Amino acid sequence: MTKPELKPVIDVQHVSKVYENGTNGLTDINLQIKPGEFVVIVGLSGAGKSTLMRSLNRLHQVTEGHVLIDGQSITEAKGRNLRRLRRDVAMIFQNFNLVKQSTVLRNVLAGRLGYYPTWQSSLGLFKEADKQRAYKALERVNLLDKVYQRVDQLSGGQQQRVAVARAFVQDPKIVLADEPTASLDPKTAHLVMNDLKSMNQELGKTVVANLHSVALAKEYGTRIIGLRAGRIVYDEQIQDVTDVDLADIYNDGSLVGEDQ
Amino acid sequence: MKLPKQTVAQRFHIRFFGGLIILLVLLIASNNFLKLDFGALIQNFDQFLALFKEMMHPDWKSAPFVVQPMLETIQMALIGTTLGTLLAIPAAIIAARNVVTNKWITGFVRIIFNMIRTLPDLLLAALFVAIVGIGPYAGVLTLTIFSFGMITKLFYECIETIDNGPLEAILTTGGKRSAMVMFAILPQVSSRFISYILYTFEINVRASTVLGYLGAGGIGQQLQTSLSQFRYDQTAVIILAILIMVLAIDGLSNFARERLQ
Ligand SMILES: Nc1ncnc2c1ncn2[C@@H]1O[C@H](COP(=O)(O)OP(=O)(O)O)[C@@H](O)[C@H]1O
Ligand SMILES: [Mg+2]
Repeated sequence: MTKPELKPVIDVQHVSKVYENGTNGLTDINLQIKPGEFVVIVGLSGAGKSTLMRSLNRLHQVTEGHVLIDGQSITEAKGRNLRRLRRDVAMIFQNFNLVKQSTVLRNVLAGRLGYYPTWQSSLGLFKEADKQRAYKALERVNLLDKVYQRVDQLSGGQQQRVAVARAFVQDPKIVLADEPTASLDPKTAHLVMNDLKSMNQELGKTVVANLHSVALAKEYGTRIIGLRAGRIVYDEQIQDVTDVDLADIYNDGSLVGEDQ
Repeated sequence: MKLPKQTVAQRFHIRFFGGLIILLVLLIASNNFLKLDFGALIQNFDQFLALFKEMMHPDWKSAPFVVQPMLETIQMALIGTTLGTLLAIPAAIIAARNVVTNKWITGFVRIIFNMIRTLPDLLLAALFVAIVGIGPYAGVLTLTIFSFGMITKLFYECIETIDNGPLEAILTTGGKRSAMVMFAILPQVSSRFISYILYTFEINVRASTVLGYLGAGGIGQQLQTSLSQFRYDQTAVIILAILIMVLAIDGLSNFARERLQ
């Protein structure tokens, strides 16, 4: 599906990350992701999936290397430039990261904060077009009837779909999802994954998702990347992925399971 | 099975026992130093009774003259709390480690705020009376600084307990730090902030009665006058009025704070 001549929308060049306490988060990561891909990153917990993802939008500062978003370095960007680049990279979190005391609408409109000066957004002076955008996003995730409710009155699955709506209205080029389904039941997990899929297929967003579940990875990904101990150990298009490969990524060379 | 090593301090509960010993030493030392004479307190009891007897005949006719200074006291507390709060909000944001990640900045402003907080309110009042003269202006300035010190600490500690996830989420939308404050921080802390402000107001009402005693305006000033003129019958009325006022304001504020939870 991905045409080889397309320029990468995410270009990770020789990225390493050492945490302040000396832990190696990532070691010499090189990775190009083309527009329109649905990349799933798999690996044991502690493999560095979150670290990699948070290096892409610079929630983490990398120790070495560069990350280019659509050709521009986000690792060196400052102030306004950094905010512009971040606006193009929405993120969905395992814990939703909504403001629970605020309404659904206010949380969804927060996706537009990169487009407004603070005085205007604080006073709730969002443009009518942006409010319509928020309603439409909520309709997509089937939560339009909850628009004026406080977020803490919603179930976990509903909260994650509000977070998806927030990413919708942000209108990014890239959507990052860090274990978006880890705290959801299987049925809701599929709903959220379908939301991501429709962003990818209907709206053409590039999606990068960390997933714990091999089944979901195979069902939704167009490309699977395996991480182990901070290094990329696997990178294949979905049609070339075998169950043996996946089992291998999760087999750390020892007999013990995931929680080790 | 290999457990991580405990430090010596952890193993022997050094902190707890150390704290206990220091407390005991301080108690004994301060008692020896002050040489508290509980006997004298009992001997002077008849003097206290005499004063009490005079106060048993309050001069009710003086009651109307209490109203004006009492309102002044409440106004002083109100304005002092408000000004202190307005200053404390930005100060607390700068001091909160989850908002400002530069440890030098948070450390520096905290030292300043700590110094401000260690100034006793009576000292502040004496200072401001000397600078701006006797009257409510000195009281308002005192209460502003006093509330600022107290509210700033309550606020930044409160900000540090919030869920940081939403703060990150705002950054990933391309929002500014100011947008983060407005959208992710204030909604999480606002109800606790209001509760702290009410609590500070309660304390300020009580404090401002005492401040008046130093000439910083309000009912305390009248209390001082009546005492220096040995008009204990008027003192009685003033004390009663203060009691009622403090009770009423505590009650109202408690009610409001409970409704907030
Ligand atoms: N803030 C941090 N400080 C120090 N080490 C960290 C921090 N966050 C993660 N790590 C370490 O970095 C490694 C990778 O973690 P992470 O990226 O969270 O893995 P994953 O998301 O794949 O479970 C782990 O060894 C983890 O303990
Ligand atoms: Mg993780």
